[in-house]
Amino acid sequence: MSAWLRQHWQTFGLTLSRLAGNPIATLLNVMVIGVALTLPLGGYMLLQNLGGVTRQVTGNPQVSLFLALDAGKTDIAALEARLKQLPGVRAVRFISREQALEGLKRSGDMADVIAALHSNPLPDAFVLETGGGTAELEKLETELKALPKIAHVQFDSAWVKRLESLLALGRTAVSILAALLAVGLVAITFNTIRLQILTQKDEIEVSSLIGATDAFIRRPFFYLGLIQGGLGAMAALAIVYLCMLILNRSILGLAQLYGSDFRMAFFDLPDCFALLTFAAGLGWLGAYVSVSKHLSNLEPK
Amino acid sequence: MISFSQVRKSYRGGHEALAELSFSIEMGELVFITGRSGAGKSTLLKLIPAIERPTSGTVLVNGQNIGSMRRPAIPYLRRNLGLIFQDQKLLYDRSVFDNVMLPLAFTGHAHKDAARRARAALDKVGLLAREKANPITLSGGEQQRLCIARAVVNRPGILLADEPTANLDSASAAEVMEMFRSFNQVGVTVLIATHDDALVQRLNPRVLTLKQGRLES
Repeated sequence: MSAWLRQHWQTFGLTLSRLAGNPIATLLNVMVIGVALTLPLGGYMLLQNLGGVTRQVTGNPQVSLFLALDAGKTDIAALEARLKQLPGVRAVRFISREQALEGLKRSGDMADVIAALHSNPLPDAFVLETGGGTAELEKLETELKALPKIAHVQFDSAWVKRLESLLALGRTAVSILAALLAVGLVAITFNTIRLQILTQKDEIEVSSLIGATDAFIRRPFFYLGLIQGGLGAMAALAIVYLCMLILNRSILGLAQLYGSDFRMAFFDLPDCFALLTFAAGLGWLGAYVSVSKHLSNLEPK
Repeated sequence: MISFSQVRKSYRGGHEALAELSFSIEMGELVFITGRSGAGKSTLLKLIPAIERPTSGTVLVNGQNIGSMRRPAIPYLRRNLGLIFQDQKLLYDRSVFDNVMLPLAFTGHAHKDAARRARAALDKVGLLAREKANPITLSGGEQQRLCIARAVVNRPGILLADEPTANLDSASAAEVMEMFRSFNQVGVTVLIATHDDALVQRLNPRVLTLKQGRLES
C-alpha cells in the first residue's frame, strides 16, 4: 500500500516538474483551456447575478385590481370576500377612490392638477399580495378577469416574467456553450497528451520492455491531463474574477444613480471547487481517450 | 528454465524467422546463440520476454507458457529478465544514474534503497564515476556497460543480450564478455546472441547455431 502511494506521489511530483520544466508550453496550454472555460463561466456568473436581482424584485408579485366606476359598496364587500378565498392570494388591501386621490395630492407634483379637477376620476382598487410561481399567477389572472365589476387587472410583474424567460434563454445558451467547450477541453487535452506521448516515445518503449506495467506507463499522462484541466479552471476563475472587478467599477456607478448598492458577486467556494473538479475530470477524460488510442501498440506482436 | 518446443515464428508476408525450433536451457547456464544475420537470433531472444509471440509451438520460461501469457502478467515476467538490446535503448534525456534508476521506479523501491542498488550496479560495470554524465557523452563500450547495469539492477535470474559486442573494439568486447561471465558465475542464466565467433571460441560455452530459423547441430 505504501509503495503504491509512493508511486502515485512520485508520479504526481514528476508530472509537476515536467510541467514546470516546460513553462511556455504549459502556460499556453493552461491559457487555452482557461480562456475556453472563461466564456461559459462568465456567462454563468452574469446569469447568477441577474437571477438574484429578479428574485429580489419578484419576492411578492403585486396585482392591482381597478374596479368599474359604477361598483357600489355591496359589490366591493362581495368582491373582497371572494378575493380572500382565491388560492395564491396572500393579502388583500382595499384602496378607495378617495384614498387614492389623497395619496396623489400628497405626492406633490400632481397637487395643482388635482385641485383643478371637479370630480374624482379615480376608481376604487384592490392591491393583492400574491405568492407562488409564474404558472399560478397566470391562472390567477384569468380568474380575476372573470370577476364582475372589474375594469382592469394589472400585473406589476409582467416585465419580471419577460426577464425571467430571457434569463432561461440565457441559461440554455450558456449550457450549450459549456457543453461545447467541455468537448473542446477534452480535445485540447487529447492533443497535448498525444504530443507528450510522442515526446516520451523512447521512455515508454524502454519502460515497457523492462517490466513497467501498462498502468505505470499510463499514470503520468492521466496526471498530466488532470493537472492541466485543474490549472485551466484556475486560470478561468482568475480571468472571470478580474473581469468582474473591472465590471463592478462601472456597475457601482450605475447602481448609485438608481440608489442601489448592487454589485456582481463572485462564485462561492463550493462552486469554485465544483468547477475545478469538473475541469480536472474532463482533462482526465481527454488523457484517457488519448492514452487508449496512442498507447495500444505496447501489445506483443 | 527456458524451453522451446516446436517453435515456429512467421511474419506477415510469409517470412519464416524460426521453424521447428526445440531446445532447453538449464538454470545457471551460459549459452551463445550464433548464426549469420537473419538466421533468427534476435527473434529467438524476443520470444522469451514476450516482445513477440510464437506463431506455433510453446516457449516456457520458469514453467510459464509465454505464448499464452496474458498482457497484465507480462511486466512481471520481464522484471525477472535482464534485457540488453542490440540498439541499447538508453535514454539521452537523463543522466547515467537515472537510466539505471528507471527499472526501479516501477518495482516500488524506496528512493534511498533504489539509489543504493543503482550505484551498486554502476559500480559493477565500472561506471560509478560517470553517474552524473549524460549517456551520449559515453564511449560505445561504456554505453554497452550502462545497458548491462540497467539490465542487472533488478537482480534478474536470466540475462538476455542481443549482439552486445557488435559495435565494440576487441578490448571493450572482451571486457563486456568478461562481465557476462562473472554474472554467470554467481548463478545468473545468460543467453547471448552474437555473430562474433572469435569471442565464442575463447569462452568455450554451449553454443546454439541457427541457420535459416533452424538449429544446426
